[in-house]
Amino acid sequence: MHTSTGDDQRFVVEMSAITIRFPGVLALDGVDLRLRPGEVHALLGENGAGKSTLIKALTGVYAIDEGTIVVAGEHRVFGSAADAQSAGISTVYQEINLCPNLSVGENVMLGHESRTVRGIDWRATHRAAAEHLASLGVTIDTQSMLGSHSIAVQQLVAISRAMVLDARVLILDEPTSSLDREEVDRLFAVVRGLRDRGVAILFVTHFLDQVYEISDRITVLRNGRLVGEYPAAELSRGDLVTKMIGRVLDDLEAISASAERSVDRSVTPVLRAESIGRRGVLDPADIDVYRGEVVGIAGLLGSGRTELVRLLYGADRADTGTVEINGERTKVTNPRRAIERRIAFSSENRRSEGIIADLTVGENIVLGIQARRGWLRRVRRAERDAVVAEYMSALGVRPADPDRIAGELSGGNQQKVLLARWLATAPELIILDEPTRGIDVGAKADIQAKVAELAEQGLSVIFISSELEEVLRLAQRVVVMRDRRKIGVLESATVDVDGVIDFMATHDMAAQGAAPAGPDGARSEGSVA
Amino acid sequence: MSQSTMAIGRRERVSEHARTFVSRHASMMPTFAALLIFVLLLIGAQIHFGEFVTPRTLSALLLDNAYLVILAVGMTMVIVTGGIDLSVGSVMAFTGISCAALLDAGYPAVLVVPGIVVAGGLIGLLVGVLVQYFDVQPFIASLAGLFLGRGLAFVVSLKSIRVEDDAVLWLQTTRYRFGDWYITPTGILALVVALLGAFVMQYTRFGRTIYAVGGNEQSARLMGLAVARTKVLVYVISGLCGGLAGLVLTAYSGAGYPRNGIGTELDVIAAVVIGGTLLTGGTGYILGSVIGVLVYGTIKTVISYMGAEQSWTRIIVGLMLLSFIVVQRVIVVRAERRR
Repeated sequence: MHTSTGDDQRFVVEMSAITIRFPGVLALDGVDLRLRPGEVHALLGENGAGKSTLIKALTGVYAIDEGTIVVAGEHRVFGSAADAQSAGISTVYQEINLCPNLSVGENVMLGHESRTVRGIDWRATHRAAAEHLASLGVTIDTQSMLGSHSIAVQQLVAISRAMVLDARVLILDEPTSSLDREEVDRLFAVVRGLRDRGVAILFVTHFLDQVYEISDRITVLRNGRLVGEYPAAELSRGDLVTKMIGRVLDDLEAISASAERSVDRSVTPVLRAESIGRRGVLDPADIDVYRGEVVGIAGLLGSGRTELVRLLYGADRADTGTVEINGERTKVTNPRRAIERRIAFSSENRRSEGIIADLTVGENIVLGIQARRGWLRRVRRAERDAVVAEYMSALGVRPADPDRIAGELSGGNQQKVLLARWLATAPELIILDEPTRGIDVGAKADIQAKVAELAEQGLSVIFISSELEEVLRLAQRVVVMRDRRKIGVLESATVDVDGVIDFMATHDMAAQGAAPAGPDGARSEGSVA
Repeated sequence: MSQSTMAIGRRERVSEHARTFVSRHASMMPTFAALLIFVLLLIGAQIHFGEFVTPRTLSALLLDNAYLVILAVGMTMVIVTGGIDLSVGSVMAFTGISCAALLDAGYPAVLVVPGIVVAGGLIGLLVGVLVQYFDVQPFIASLAGLFLGRGLAFVVSLKSIRVEDDAVLWLQTTRYRFGDWYITPTGILALVVALLGAFVMQYTRFGRTIYAVGGNEQSARLMGLAVARTKVLVYVISGLCGGLAGLVLTAYSGAGYPRNGIGTELDVIAAVVIGGTLLTGGTGYILGSVIGVLVYGTIKTVISYMGAEQSWTRIIVGLMLLSFIVVQRVIVVRAERRR
């Protein structure tokens, strides 16, 4: 390669045609990413688009199969996180990767402490840490324990640590997902300061408002491919959402027009929640579901969809709001209570929160009934076999063998087993969080058809999906969420996909200013000058 | 008037200092608690027996428990990384009996002593490699070390072997006296190991990496610290301490015996936990563990003064351990809730 010309110097990082394969999956397919010094660059895409894979390639956690990484004009091959750090690339992860049991100062300096012949010079080490923190405008007691500070302060500590390593590139992986507005402002002030010092900042987030607030440039990924790189000022919010979601062409149009079925909303709803919310997780939102109704929840990942249903199900505890089930005021404080009230919840994390891979298909299905009865009451063998057979055939689980180990089934069939588990408990309301994610088209159609059929028979359903077509096809009403807020409810008969995207992107903002600020927690925080 | 405001100002400043101290040293609180218990035990025993806190009993306390202090140093490092080492009792038995057997066979002490310490280190290395590179649970890997060590001890000899080597016996029989106080070379050895361990933990990058690994191993790796090397090394150090303890115990009892140290690993873990080290890792001090051993030893002495069954030692230590673990759990849960 010839010596670096001025042209090479325009980019501090140039990743070209990066391809990464995992067994059976093409995680990244020829993706480019270029970072200029002194810019904030947003990396966007839906879940599974390849954002975190790309970051891990840049930070040396994953090895790349094809493509090149050039940092400041030099070809680099990273074998570990330490390699990337020594090339000037530092990362602040969403879950703070610091040690809560050590002091703030030590976390900043760990591995770079001042040393004398008599070991680590703690006084000099803390002094250096305080200087690094002060340069970001943070003044806190460097000898206090990291764990005693709020997530926001810990994040600033993590950024200070990156500065100790003389980072030219700072990657912020969803830094704002657990911060409140004030804390975000403070983080952004620090980010702008670093940008003005010439640091290139790669910013990954699901919050579109924040993207436009701070980013100079946007790179969009979808399904492991690069969609494009755009100056933030030239990309409208609607275009951005369309580029992120893409238009899913599929052959599912044949599903019965479930959405157009009319639902009797003059009666008492099966579930009515009023201003249910949790500080820092979800702004208070209302939702009601009637008998035989499918209510869809649309929104990008991180918009608060899962958070909302977890509050309804009692998997997380709401700190505001009331819930009525069949008109009766009730408190759903844990999943057991929800199951007793005949609410079922199928999690989006099929593998970790749903299917038990080591049990057989039949055992997985029976778990739901067992949970509803209580652990002490036995489910008789004959009863069990009958239930399992009934639901396996109703849902078309393949292979139709109840003794097969559940972990060996395909994703779509695992999803059917989960659905069978919950249906076997005879719920009145079933909450399905991304039931069709990552499964093939045939299984998708099966599951949608089953949901439509069950709703017609009187089951109430809350249906979450990233695929708007799917939501609009099944649901009579669609709750639209953004940035952990419910922004509205649409009648799906009156709107198409573009309508929802428009609504998601543009429906502003009057609500935002009026959103109640949470009470200040008693966290200890440092002051920012 | 002005005087009273000054007084208030001073009181505020004092409470401010106290708060800063607590927020900086919260992790030391369990160790202070252990120290308090040690002092209360001594006071209680003194009142009850009339004559307990004497130079003689206190000197004997270190002498009788020197091998436990040495084992506790290695164990503390392992537990702070979030691991556990069940092999130390067996390693001590194996190295102790090997020491006696080799000396008996006529090998010189200058070769035997380093040899058995290294042998302990090798068993530690095996455990460490299993934990780090074969991803075996520390409990299981060190259980393998426990069986290996015990088996090897019985291979060396089924019976007790007397030690007649002067150099080894010197470790135990020499008494440096200061008035009524005395200390043996084994006691000095234990104190030196403890001080060295404390220095390593507090003032070296290796030591700080031990804490970082215990706090959050994933983070430590992403921070670019030498996690793998550190994790293997703590088990090696624990093994070396096991070897050293074998030497000390052999000198102490004047013989090697393959059934020595059955269950000692649990005594050591109990002492370490009583000394304020969290079993979840990330928090703990070597000097706390030394206090833990002294608490353990004092209870043993008190029980024998009372002429009661020694099984009462186990019962009391067990109850104490239980309450300490509950207190630790409360601290951890509160810390998590604060976040």
